[in-house]
Amino acid sequence: MQVRVLVRLKPGVLDPQGRAVHHALEGLGFAGVGDVRIGRLIELDVADGTDEATIRQMCEKLLANTVIESFTIEGLGEGAN
Amino acid sequence: MAFRAAVITFPGSNCDRDMASAIAAVAGAPAIRVWHGDAELPDRLDLITLPGGFSYGDYLRSGAMAATSPIMRAVVAAAQRGVPVLGVCNGFQVLTEARLLPGALLRNAGQRFMCRTVALTVGNAASPFTAGYRAGEPIRIPVAHHDGNYYADAETLDMLEGEGRVAFRYAEACNGSARDIAGVLSANGRVLGMMPHPERAIEPAAVPALGGADGRRLFESALASFAAA
Repeated sequence: MQVRVLVRLKPGVLDPQGRAVHHALEGLGFAGVGDVRIGRLIELDVADGTDEATIRQMCEKLLANTVIESFTIEGLGEGAN
Repeated sequence: MAFRAAVITFPGSNCDRDMASAIAAVAGAPAIRVWHGDAELPDRLDLITLPGGFSYGDYLRSGAMAATSPIMRAVVAAAQRGVPVLGVCNGFQVLTEARLLPGALLRNAGQRFMCRTVALTVGNAASPFTAGYRAGEPIRIPVAHHDGNYYADAETLDMLEGEGRVAFRYAEACNGSARDIAGVLSANGRVLGMMPHPERAIEPAAVPALGGADGRRLFESALASFAAA
């Protein structure tokens, strides 16, 4: 079973990488980009039936640093968040 | 009795020899080298140090993988028993990832790797690690990092400042750290994480632009505070 975890910096946490990419987009002539924030997509191949609580623990213990990052879990079907 | 200080080496640590050398120079006893895969620490340690470098290639986040290593479980347990821990640079990142210290180290605000000697001020000169300094004293210690931008929420920052847990602050623009925080103490003052490298500043260098001796008192303070009676 494929599960996707999307990790992103919390709102308000400075993202210098995103800022640099934003600047580069403007340099390439793309106008009208308000902001760029860079996150991380983690694809997990887990045993069928793995519950959301387990994935959530993986996120909280390792995949995301919840001091600075939030995460969303996709691919678990209804109720996944 | 000889001072028993351990230096933990992770794959990708690159300041472990500097740390061991600084300890040996100040304590007069060789540091005990510990490998990341060891499940147990040597017994009767007076100090555990986590050196700088790029543990596990900075995979996922700086310090994140090291924080899950077997030896870090032992370090966390030791710290909870009150064994002193010093984390420098990547070691500071590991301490925050292991939640022994609050906050996190983000990419430098200017995006650049900072490698130079910076001006600091001593924020708290009453801790076991900083007793050899004067509060507010200006000192100079080298930094070398890409992810040194200290972040914590406002409530945590207020708490750190209110409890005197800011050990060092940058006295010049460096990496965008919240409230110029360069080093943070645990609530009991026995865990210190800092981005600047005191182990690179323990003796006057032949070339004045290099080194300096302002880091030496940190090790002397630790020795005086933690040496087994």
